[in-house]
Amino acid sequence: MASDASPLRPPPRWRRWRADQQSEGYLFLLPSLAGFLLFVLIPVVAALVLSLYEWSLLSPGEYVGLTNYLNLFRRDPTFFKALGNTLYFTVTIVPLQLAAGLAVALALNQAIKGLAIYRLIYFMPVVTTIVAGALVFQWIFNKDFGILSAVIWRINELTGIPVQPPDWLTDPAWARPAVVILTLWKNVGFTMVIYLAGLQAIPVELYDAAEVDGATSWRRLLYITLPMISPTTFFLMVIQMIGAFQLFDEAFVMTRGGPAQATTTIVYYVYVNAFEYRRFGMASTVAWVLFAFIFAFTFLQNRLQHRWVHYETDDGR
Amino acid sequence: MAAEPSPAGNTGLTRQARTRLGHTVLHAALLVGTFFMVMPFLWMLSTSLKMPKEIFRYPPLWIPTEFAWSNYRDTLTALPFDRFYLNSAIVSVSSTLIQVLAAALAAFAFARLRFKGRNPLFLLYLATLMIPFQVTMIPNFILISRVLDWYNTYQALIFPTSFSAFSVFLLRQFFAGLPMELDEAARMDGASTLRIWWQVILPLSGPALAALSIFSFLGSWNSFLWPLVVTASNEMRTIPVGLSAFQGEHNTAWNLLMAGSVIALVPVLAVYMVGQNWFQRGITLSGMGGR
Repeated sequence: MASDASPLRPPPRWRRWRADQQSEGYLFLLPSLAGFLLFVLIPVVAALVLSLYEWSLLSPGEYVGLTNYLNLFRRDPTFFKALGNTLYFTVTIVPLQLAAGLAVALALNQAIKGLAIYRLIYFMPVVTTIVAGALVFQWIFNKDFGILSAVIWRINELTGIPVQPPDWLTDPAWARPAVVILTLWKNVGFTMVIYLAGLQAIPVELYDAAEVDGATSWRRLLYITLPMISPTTFFLMVIQMIGAFQLFDEAFVMTRGGPAQATTTIVYYVYVNAFEYRRFGMASTVAWVLFAFIFAFTFLQNRLQHRWVHYETDDGR
Repeated sequence: MAAEPSPAGNTGLTRQARTRLGHTVLHAALLVGTFFMVMPFLWMLSTSLKMPKEIFRYPPLWIPTEFAWSNYRDTLTALPFDRFYLNSAIVSVSSTLIQVLAAALAAFAFARLRFKGRNPLFLLYLATLMIPFQVTMIPNFILISRVLDWYNTYQALIFPTSFSAFSVFLLRQFFAGLPMELDEAARMDGASTLRIWWQVILPLSGPALAALSIFSFLGSWNSFLWPLVVTASNEMRTIPVGLSAFQGEHNTAWNLLMAGSVIALVPVLAVYMVGQNWFQRGITLSGMGGR
């Protein structure tokens, strides 16, 4: 093809493309890169700089070096409370979410009737605005007139066992489980559809072969299904963990971080610092610490994944 | 839970009978789950139609003795829901359009064009994937309120959340999977790069574009923290923030709060019912494509 290009004529258009692409590449990139720089990259760096300042936006900011970080770790009990709460949410929400999503996905991966309707219903909360979800759960958890308390009183009446309904949203011990239940309701549909996609990608031959060998369904689950979907599990674990670390909406609408800061998460603390105390420097500090935690945990999971995640190909994904 | 010829300890049930039994157990379990998923919606609907005196009573009523449709009228007069809807629609549609368009252009450059600095730039995008939104939120708030003077405007709601590295990454992965011969053939036919993007690559990327659009739209429609922070009046509030503000004013008027929640949810759920496969596929594809 190259031989028919005479030196007198300019090269045909398609052969000039490499030279053109220098500028075209940048042109195509321009809208995205401009927005990315202005609203993502520069703010990330700005947040780091800001974390070294004390600034209420009303007066000029004051450079304080690492004071914000030192104060946070040395004399800020609320920060440790928020950290503890966030860890509590992570270690409860992630396993529950994975287990429930997998259970529903396994059930819906069978040839049963009404599949489409089950899928429709389980996924419904995922498209629901979390504020509406949190509002109705706040009402469900209401101590005096909530539906849960009514059920417990009913049990009380019928059996005579003097069980008291828990004071879900005003008792620090119960507020956190209440938030966990809300997130479970909201997100189980998400883990379900991702798991279903993973399950449907498992070759049927594996099951056929196992059945010929006389493996029970329990053993097939243990030795085929779980290893084969371990990449999905890994992916969901990382996603859910990052999501749990960033928990805010549920705690803001349902409990306002309370009672007694029992549902104050790290992100909630970022919000409070910035928009209630007007400590924008400190808020950035907390946000950066959050990022550090997310980074560390994701890194850790990535390092540990070879111990339990099974990839079909050698190069992973 | 399908039936299998298992060696020991099995009753004399036939394979079919055991399958049927298994399915019955499955249905029972799934129905318990279904109840947990649906109950909040029903409780919301039921409360939204109750007179105040029926809200606070024991045992609770699932079906109100008298349907108080006036709750909806009261909620709509107390709150400009039409405005919230308009705001949510404007913000979500613009944000999704910008997101998908900018990402499709950038992803095309990263996947199919060659230029200096391409790989370092792409790495820069990738490096920000793990950075939580809350880190950039504070500087963005300062940028919006102090530098650009956009506080309480549509621009503030739309632009800062429309340029995620994730969407560029997602589309780049998809574009990179299409055969390079397509571009070369089009170039030989004299097509410009812009035309290749528009008429060759984009038409072949329907599923990825649809997935990203649904994912962005849903994210934007339900987004709470950022609109909470940059809006100050009902004129600019989106549905979630408007509903949350309503909660602050009427924190025990459960019938009105639930009516507001129903109003906020009905259109979204209606669209979801019609296109549930699209929603689920969109979420799955975007979910799996990322990270």
